[in-house]
Amino acid sequence: MRCAGIDIGSRTIKLAVIENGELIFSRKIITSHDPLGTARDLMAETVFDRITATGYGRHLIKSHLSCPVISEITAFVLGSRFFSDSCESILDIGGQDTKAISLDKNGSLCKFEMNDRCAAGTGRFLEVMATVLGFTLEEFSAAALSAKKAEKINSMCTVFAESEVVSLVSQGALRNEVALGIHKSIVSRSAGLLKRVAPTGKIFFAGGVALNDCVRILLENEMGRPVFVPPDPQIVGAIGAALSASENV
Amino acid sequence: MTDYTKMWQSLGLDLKSHDALLAGLGKAYTDIFLSQKNRPEGMKYFDFVMSEVHGLRIKEIVDAKEQGRVIIGSYCVFVPEELVLAVDGVAVGLCAGAEFNFEGAETLLPRNTCSLIKSAFGFKLGKVCPYLESCDVVVGENTCDGKKKAYEIMGPLVKDLYIMDLPQTKSEMGKALLKEEYRKFIAKLEKVSGKKVTFASLKKAVDLVNAKRMAVKRLAAIRAADPAPISGLDSLLVNQVFFHDDPVRFTDAVNKLCDELEARVKNHNGVFPKGTTRVIVSGCPMAVPNWKLPMLIETSNAVIVGEESCVGERGSRWLTEVKGNTVEELLDAITDRYFNIDCAVFTPNPSRVEYVKEMTKKLHAQGVIHFSLQFCQPYIMESGPVEKDLEKSGIPTLRLETDYGMEDAGQLKTRIEAFGERLKKK
Repeated sequence: MRCAGIDIGSRTIKLAVIENGELIFSRKIITSHDPLGTARDLMAETVFDRITATGYGRHLIKSHLSCPVISEITAFVLGSRFFSDSCESILDIGGQDTKAISLDKNGSLCKFEMNDRCAAGTGRFLEVMATVLGFTLEEFSAAALSAKKAEKINSMCTVFAESEVVSLVSQGALRNEVALGIHKSIVSRSAGLLKRVAPTGKIFFAGGVALNDCVRILLENEMGRPVFVPPDPQIVGAIGAALSASENV
Repeated sequence: MTDYTKMWQSLGLDLKSHDALLAGLGKAYTDIFLSQKNRPEGMKYFDFVMSEVHGLRIKEIVDAKEQGRVIIGSYCVFVPEELVLAVDGVAVGLCAGAEFNFEGAETLLPRNTCSLIKSAFGFKLGKVCPYLESCDVVVGENTCDGKKKAYEIMGPLVKDLYIMDLPQTKSEMGKALLKEEYRKFIAKLEKVSGKKVTFASLKKAVDLVNAKRMAVKRLAAIRAADPAPISGLDSLLVNQVFFHDDPVRFTDAVNKLCDELEARVKNHNGVFPKGTTRVIVSGCPMAVPNWKLPMLIETSNAVIVGEESCVGERGSRWLTEVKGNTVEELLDAITDRYFNIDCAVFTPNPSRVEYVKEMTKKLHAQGVIHFSLQFCQPYIMESGPVEKDLEKSGIPTLRLETDYGMEDAGQLKTRIEAFGERLKKK
């Protein structure tokens, strides 16, 4: 039985297929203006017997095919267990939201909290800031890691932070120090969420922002707890959905 | 349908905006309420009330006014309906549940004001609430700081704004203050109505309001059944209509609905399948037509089985215990009754969370969704300790903070669905 999970996120759509407990297919693609069309194309690339959808577009796909849906939160809980059974906390920083989740002793969902309605401190925030500084995402993280000190960024709102960064740069602040400031601000916000919801244990770090080494290192320092990043942190939700599909067999 | 244009015009409504408001309301009602499956027959009465919410009911109020009865509007469950009825007045809860004319409201209020207050101002400035425009007196009560200061700004906008002070602690002095405020309110009512409050008139009013509260308490108790015989949305609607319908007719309609629901329970007939995830909603009041959160919850594989809210059990769970044979003794009894209300403006306010626990048990709920209106300081501040206390008692709790706008519906739905998944796993 080939069980698939599709995670329709705000920035990327991810598809994972699991057979006999092994990940046999995984792929991600930019969401675009037509998430349903993109999802359809993605699903045409492989074959599967059953599928479960998650992500903000999970209900959208119901108009295309009738399949069970689970929230991203449950998907991340299930997906995290595929990679590690020793994590007690999950931090997911995706394109438009941030989630902190705590797990109970059985690895089930305990408490969770998400950022408020805006994209402050999410992947989208990092993308916009990298663009303002003229970096690609890879350069952005490397530049931040190379900085000796950080410029303080006060604003978390993407729009306000953008003007803050512009004015710092125009005052002659070093680009890499501004970059480090931006990374620090996103980490302090996520750490606050984590401390409130999931105060103990190893942290499973997922979502596109987990690809950013600087965020991972700063997070580890800030929390004083080990941070585990799975091999492909963006696929965790899709794997969780696929595992959910196989549970329903 | 009857044409009420003339009546609306005579009340000074802005007809164009009012038409737009009614059209929006009608569509929302159709989408949210009429689309529900297997609704009780008894809800037809409430459908009718809602279809005539600015029509027939207003005509009744205008007619009552012509017969010399005073119309008293209020925004809070601390304003005793009994006292209004004791001078043969009509008590109406005023509209504050729609995102209407917020840009107008924001010309007078800070942007970070809760939706409830903004809505009251939006309605007033936009001239679209026939209840408000029919009022002889509008009662502003000193609950939260937002409302207190808002009433100062509202004063010049309405014909007769009467301020009622409220205590903030459950002390002897607090109770004495409440009683004296109610005594002052009686004097005000006697003055505007030209009628005296007598033991007989007050006793009759107390009996009438007790009967009304007993009916909604009966409804609340029936909801302990699984499968749920009635949706949370429909129950909320009953609790919303509580505030502006004719009290005798309302009581009768609720009791008839309860007869039907009791029969449903016997036949295991429900609006959701047996075993559907059951939640209590606790927190800020949901004034008509604020149906956003219940709609999101009940379209996410869960059913609401109780509301710990002013529009719900906090507003109706106590009855007035009739004792003695003087107005003074009845006034004591009424004060005792209202002094129980565990609104978050009180400090400390321990009975509230205790009652949420009791409700959870009584109504066989698996979890609590705590609802705070954005910028509602008392409930948002209280939500943290309430959540901690409930979780410690083994009751899973989800805290949500939102307003009347729909732009966060997707994010809320994700949280609600995840919470439902958490409850299912248990």
